[in-house]
Amino acid sequence: MTAVLFLAQRATAFVLALAVATHLGTILYAVRGGLTAADILARTHGNVAFALFYALFVIAVAIHAPIGLRNVLREWAQWRGRSLDFTLALFSILLFVLGLRAIFAVYTA
Amino acid sequence: MTDATLHIDVWRGTDTGEFQGFAIPRREHQTVLDVVTEIQREHDATLSYRFACRVGMCGSCAMVVNGRPRWTCRTRVRDVIDDGGRLRLEPLRNFTVVKDLAVEMTQFFDKWKDAQGYFEPGPQPQANFAVVPPATPERQAADAGIECIGCGVCYSACDVVAWDKDYLGPAALNRAWTLINDVRDESHTRLDAVSASNGCQACHTHMSCTEFCPKAIAPTYSIAGLKRAVLRRSLRGVL
Repeated sequence: MTAVLFLAQRATAFVLALAVATHLGTILYAVRGGLTAADILARTHGNVAFALFYALFVIAVAIHAPIGLRNVLREWAQWRGRSLDFTLALFSILLFVLGLRAIFAVYTA
Repeated sequence: MTDATLHIDVWRGTDTGEFQGFAIPRREHQTVLDVVTEIQREHDATLSYRFACRVGMCGSCAMVVNGRPRWTCRTRVRDVIDDGGRLRLEPLRNFTVVKDLAVEMTQFFDKWKDAQGYFEPGPQPQANFAVVPPATPERQAADAGIECIGCGVCYSACDVVAWDKDYLGPAALNRAWTLINDVRDESHTRLDAVSASNGCQACHTHMSCTEFCPKAIAPTYSIAGLKRAVLRRSLRGVL
């Protein structure tokens, strides 16, 4: 189990390194010309590439963040066992649902 | 040199206690273990500490000297004394203190067993000597970690052990890594033993173990090797 979580955290870290750089780079590029929120939404509306990119981003976050948080809680709060895993599984689902909801909202706006 | 006086604060007690001050003559080439022995023989016979070989082989005499874990038999006073001319001696961190400077090592060595830090010859040991060429990567990896004397300095220095009492620790994982690279060893479960929740993946790569190891071993790299080995095995399972 630990080995699988370790592998999943490293693999998603690789995805996030690229995704976060692309995300921040796009933000910096987009606001340089003074784009408004309406302009941005007009570009994301119905944009499949945008939706797929952020879906990958959200999946990576939903896997990566709970594993890291699990390690922190194990070490610093001495929280162990099924209650910890269950709580962080819920946290993972929450991140996944909220992320996909945001993508859907921007995609369909 | 013999005119000077050395002031030493020595931990007295168990997990609770206080420092007791002593003053003894400074001597040329004096080691920290010499200091402790002189205190025990000349000033206070009730001082408890542990040593055996006095030549850096047995791993018995490790203590925290001025805040850093060290083997005291090979540590000269002049190299570690602070600017005020004082020595502060404490028992190793992350161990239960038996009394004064002597610590309980049972948990430390139990974790070697938990990490399968013992040679597993298999059901039918080889009839002849195994030929292991010194230049092979496995032999070189094993050689790099094999000189561990089990002093507990790395375990005392490790922050992860301080946070997680179940963590196997650098010495046990280093020993497991040398055995994984021992071509004669036939254990098929050692990678499982070192990759449980208390295993190699918990290492934060702070490198304190590598910094303080008196034998200049780098347990951090051994643990990194274990992580790679476990990762390769996980990938084989996935792909």
